[in-house]
Amino acid sequence: MQQIAASQARPPFYRDERVLGVISQIVVVGIAVGLLSYFYSNMVSALRNQLGVAINYGFLRSTAGFDIGESLIAYTRSDTYLRALIVGLLNTLQVAILGIFFATLWGTLIGIMRLSTNFLVSRIAAVYIDIFRNIPLLLLLIFWAQAVFFKLPRVQEALILPGPTFLSNRGIAIPWGVPTDSWPTYRLILLVGLILAFVVARLLQEQGKRTGRMPLLTLWFVVTFVVVGVIGWFVLPQPLTLTTPELVGFNTQGGRVFSQQFLALLTGLIVYTASFIAETVRAGIQSVTKGQREAATALGLTGFQTLRLIIFPQALRVIVPPLTSQYLNLTKNSSLAIAVGYPDLFAVAGNTILNQTGRAIEVFSLVMGIYLFFSLTTSLFMNIYNQRIRLIER
Amino acid sequence: MLKGKKIQTVGMIVSMVVGMIIAACLAPAAVPVTSEEPAAPVAQTTAKSTLDIVKERGKLICVGNSALPGFGFLNEAGVFSGFDVDYCKALAAAIFGDPSKHEIRATSASERFTVLQSGEGDVLIRNTTWTMSRDTDLGMNFGPTTFYDGQGMMVHKDSGIKTLQDLNGASVCVQTGTTTELNLADQMAAAGVTYEPVVFETADEVTTAYEEGRCDAWTTDKSGLVSRQTILAEPSAHEIMDVTLSKEPLGPAVRHGDDQWFDIVNWVVYATFTAEEMGITSANVDSFMTTEDPNIKKLLGLEGEFCAKIGLANDCFVNVIKQVGNYGEIYNANLGPDTVFNLPRGLNSLYTQGGLLYAPPIR
Repeated sequence: MQQIAASQARPPFYRDERVLGVISQIVVVGIAVGLLSYFYSNMVSALRNQLGVAINYGFLRSTAGFDIGESLIAYTRSDTYLRALIVGLLNTLQVAILGIFFATLWGTLIGIMRLSTNFLVSRIAAVYIDIFRNIPLLLLLIFWAQAVFFKLPRVQEALILPGPTFLSNRGIAIPWGVPTDSWPTYRLILLVGLILAFVVARLLQEQGKRTGRMPLLTLWFVVTFVVVGVIGWFVLPQPLTLTTPELVGFNTQGGRVFSQQFLALLTGLIVYTASFIAETVRAGIQSVTKGQREAATALGLTGFQTLRLIIFPQALRVIVPPLTSQYLNLTKNSSLAIAVGYPDLFAVAGNTILNQTGRAIEVFSLVMGIYLFFSLTTSLFMNIYNQRIRLIER
Repeated sequence: MLKGKKIQTVGMIVSMVVGMIIAACLAPAAVPVTSEEPAAPVAQTTAKSTLDIVKERGKLICVGNSALPGFGFLNEAGVFSGFDVDYCKALAAAIFGDPSKHEIRATSASERFTVLQSGEGDVLIRNTTWTMSRDTDLGMNFGPTTFYDGQGMMVHKDSGIKTLQDLNGASVCVQTGTTTELNLADQMAAAGVTYEPVVFETADEVTTAYEEGRCDAWTTDKSGLVSRQTILAEPSAHEIMDVTLSKEPLGPAVRHGDDQWFDIVNWVVYATFTAEEMGITSANVDSFMTTEDPNIKKLLGLEGEFCAKIGLANDCFVNVIKQVGNYGEIYNANLGPDTVFNLPRGLNSLYTQGGLLYAPPIR
């Protein structure tokens, strides 16, 4: 009796859907892995037999021998290729992080303007979006570099703005703090301040939940941090000294210089990506039903309050997933830096290192791996954020 | 639910394992290459020789430049011309007896080696400097140097820069993927000069940045400076500094592993040197056909079978001289006194005239 039941439940394996499913998966994965490893071994044997070279990452430890125009860490020509690669990587991160930050602000602003009831404001936003969304990014970058930043006055005739800030076709030089001996200690104090600010905000939040009157958490967070920072500044002997740029010989010296290449790349990326983000924001806001806005108005909320407390939190759920792809795009698009002469990861590794070593496969696998890592990390954080803001159903 | 998921997981693992096994069977050539093991350059005996491939295709593909007037330049009419282009034609003339049977595969400085290595081109003739690391690491063989160059530096005339030391604190524009990038770093370090390198991918971007005053100087091979100066907006506002940063022997290069093809490239270049040495030009080559001089007879294929030794028709050098010219003719047509460049021969004269051009004898 039991046997009959079992044979009814389990048809022969060649008609069992589950077994067939597994088999077909095996076949597909097998073919894919087989093809890939065939290509790989073909490449390795061709390199070996025809050119006498083998895949080898050992070159990363040898001396690079070239200079890099701008670097966030100390770098000279006697450093290794690996360090040169890291210089490029940090330059990419710098432009990507700043780009994402400003593109989000700018894009959100344009997106909200686009929905304004004021005819002129919404038209301006619409024209902006339509222009920049429809021009290839490379063209925009070259436009910014060659038609805008190159046309600024030469460094000898630089525009001197208050500060002093030097504006020339080499970039912008601004006054900047230079760390002194006490800077490492001050850094620790800032860290303590940050932790303290978190603790204060957390305690206030708990209290707010108990009493039902939520204090202004962000305000208290900032106040705590600033108070600690200011106290630390006066306790220690000047952790930073201010240097101002001045014109010496061919270039400005002192202060912090944001090079023309960096600015061209950053503005190009911001202006371009912001136009996409603006459309995403608009779509998100429009996805919130009219009833929500009407209910908020009925409760007596002002326009700004409605936007901040009712519309935006709900719109975010629609905005975040496409926003993630815009962030990924911006990071990947930053590899166009070579067109304007900014030494990003691709310019340093994919061009200079590749050329000096000729190790195309090694260099490209590294560069692709790094971009993949960036993208997956960005996705991960955005997915976590998305999880947190999604509608919690009860 | 849980069961279905479990089966899926098991299925995934099983399929991975089976996949690996299939892969291992499919790819018997997957020899693990460890980094310690030095790669032995093994000549490919089974594959077709480059010469056969070229002949079968019916044309020669040279990896070249399209943006360096005088060496390799694509003009408004869509025609390539220049010193390097003529050497490509000379090779085509030697192989097919027809210099037009060639194609220039224009590349950037950074992709040129990959294009040659992958077999997209047959020979690299693109103002390429012969260096030891390129010769060994990249799996290439360099033919005879056709142009002895040196790296120079161009500055704005009104800047008053005379020596490398004057460049302290300056911005220098340079093209990526070239030996110039390294020489610049080396020479500036040796001179104890700090500078800001601004690196672009193409020569056009470099010159634009320099002309707009973004850079105080720009550096490349001297021939390149002379050539690009002619197409600047105001050529007379710039000058080439009287410093040489490096030795830059430019010449053709081929892939490792095909010695016959390497010989062809070598001897076609040598034939142009020899022809000049013997005073044979495209105009007078026919009059030498009745010569009694055994050395000339060997060059022109009237005695011995020298071209046949490298797999070509026996009049291969005659075709080169008649249809393209000897070294001096090629030089003068592209870089000589009648051109805008007017580059003195200097090191690029025959050894008999104090230069470095010296071809081994054909015998």
